[in-house]
Amino acid sequence: MFAYAVRRLLQFIPTILAISLIMFVLLNVLPGNAALMARGEQDTGAISTKDIEAMKREWGLDKPLWYRYAVYLKGLAVGDLGKSFLRREPVIQLLKERVWPTLKLAMVAMFIAIGLGVPLGFYSALRQGRVADTVTMIGAVSGVSMPQFWLGLLLMYFVSVKLRLLPPQGYGGGDFKHIILPAFTLGIGYVGLLARTTRAAVVEILTLDYIRTARAKGLSELLINQKHVLRNALILVLTTAGLQFGDLMAQTVIVEKLFSWPGLGSLLVDSIFQRDIPITQGCILVIISTFLLVNLIVDLLYGVIDPRIRASYK
Amino acid sequence: MNKNVRKIVRQTNLLVGGCITLFVITVAIFAPVLAPFHPVDDADLMVSEEPPGAPYYLGTDIQGRDILSRVIYGARISLAVGLVSQTLNTIIGVLFGLSAGFFGGRWDDFVMGLTNIMLSIPALVFALAIMALLGPGLINVFIAMGFTNWSFSCRITRSQALAAKSLDYVKAARALGYSRIRIMFTQVLPNIIGPILIIGTLGVAWAILLEAALSFLGLGVQPPTPSWGGMLSAAREQLFTAPWISIFPGIAIFVTVLGLNLLGDGLRDILDPHTQTQIS
Repeated sequence: MFAYAVRRLLQFIPTILAISLIMFVLLNVLPGNAALMARGEQDTGAISTKDIEAMKREWGLDKPLWYRYAVYLKGLAVGDLGKSFLRREPVIQLLKERVWPTLKLAMVAMFIAIGLGVPLGFYSALRQGRVADTVTMIGAVSGVSMPQFWLGLLLMYFVSVKLRLLPPQGYGGGDFKHIILPAFTLGIGYVGLLARTTRAAVVEILTLDYIRTARAKGLSELLINQKHVLRNALILVLTTAGLQFGDLMAQTVIVEKLFSWPGLGSLLVDSIFQRDIPITQGCILVIISTFLLVNLIVDLLYGVIDPRIRASYK
Repeated sequence: MNKNVRKIVRQTNLLVGGCITLFVITVAIFAPVLAPFHPVDDADLMVSEEPPGAPYYLGTDIQGRDILSRVIYGARISLAVGLVSQTLNTIIGVLFGLSAGFFGGRWDDFVMGLTNIMLSIPALVFALAIMALLGPGLINVFIAMGFTNWSFSCRITRSQALAAKSLDYVKAARALGYSRIRIMFTQVLPNIIGPILIIGTLGVAWAILLEAALSFLGLGVQPPTPSWGGMLSAAREQLFTAPWISIFPGIAIFVTVLGLNLLGDGLRDILDPHTQTQIS
């Protein structure tokens, strides 16, 4: 299993390289001029062409694209992601400050999604075709169809402004109260998605032979559900949750903006507006790496859940 | 009994989803007839932030524009974005997937590699990057979203084409001397259109949500064009004083996306019950 994990980690390298190349080329043909943006004196003529040239030199923007990419890769190999155009700080420093709030938000949201979605889907599958099933599934498809930021706005209005139960926005030094609304806003779509996935998986498993066998040998329904159904359904649920984690990390962009959450997402959006390309690249890299890593963890978890898969890790 | 109940539920999905979608399309087409005011020009600061009530049935925004009219016109933007970008995605995905599944070999490896890379870049991040590159605007939204979400159609098409390759009707067509391109488009494609249609319908729903998110961040369709996401973005400042500005565009997005999702589910139940667990 260890060898398998290492092999998978090595496979990340070409993926990250390909993605970094795509993003690098894409972002570096940006029309906005960072040198001008840096001074905030666009079009006023207050900044001379000479100054702009000097700034371009300072950031290496006068070099050809392939050279800049090579320099970028060289830095990347030793964990140096360059320097922010505007803040003049190393990107890695800025990212470090922002990673934890985003990860925390994403993890709490995923926790809500799994904690609510899986039991709901399971319950729905066991009550197949009855009212409870229909109601749950209507709820689930509504959750999937809900624009997150709108839900966030509504929650802010009703929970914070009207009922004054929770703070409407901000990080609050990372306390529990401040994370509830953003995490719920972020998680609700995934609650719906996981409920639907779980239900579909359980419905299918319930028709399989080994369930009939388990019933035939007189196992209680509770034991069947615990030992056979849940365990087999978990594989599919985990896959879905893993694949959705990247999406969830990306969606933090919106939720963080809405709730003024000091994470990667808001940093990413700000850097895009400010044309601060090193930061944009760094944020995207972190989001994608997290996604790849989470999926590796999911893959390894398969082995824990399913002995058949464990046997195949050679 | 159980089976019958489920059958009815399935039909309900299709029926309700279809009706909602048809309703939204009708509203979009007949927007000039249905809207009581002009969505942009009828701005009157004297009636800024009016709560819902005649003649402004859903209230007015900060510039005194009728929210109902803007919501009605917003349907045009959302549907256009959803349809155009998903059509682009479908075309790209089907071309790649069909050829990869059918020709196999190195081309298949390349397409699958590309698809996997696309899958590991969250579409929102990709779209954000492209919007940053191109700048805000409707056409750019089409591009940013039309080229970034084709991996699902591609994967489904590829697996279907792969399976179809060994089926008798393809062998028969080959025996008749049809060229491979001809077999691909005239024999295989019509036979696998079901799953593509399902992914497409769900993709439109997804695209509408993404466009709203982009507009909300200020990177999508620009004001004063009435887009639902943009309206919500502008309404944020008045959330505490005039919450109705935030409520109605959100309901519009929600209902439209819900309709499309239900329609997609309904189509899936009818067209291929077996893939139900694969795509959710």
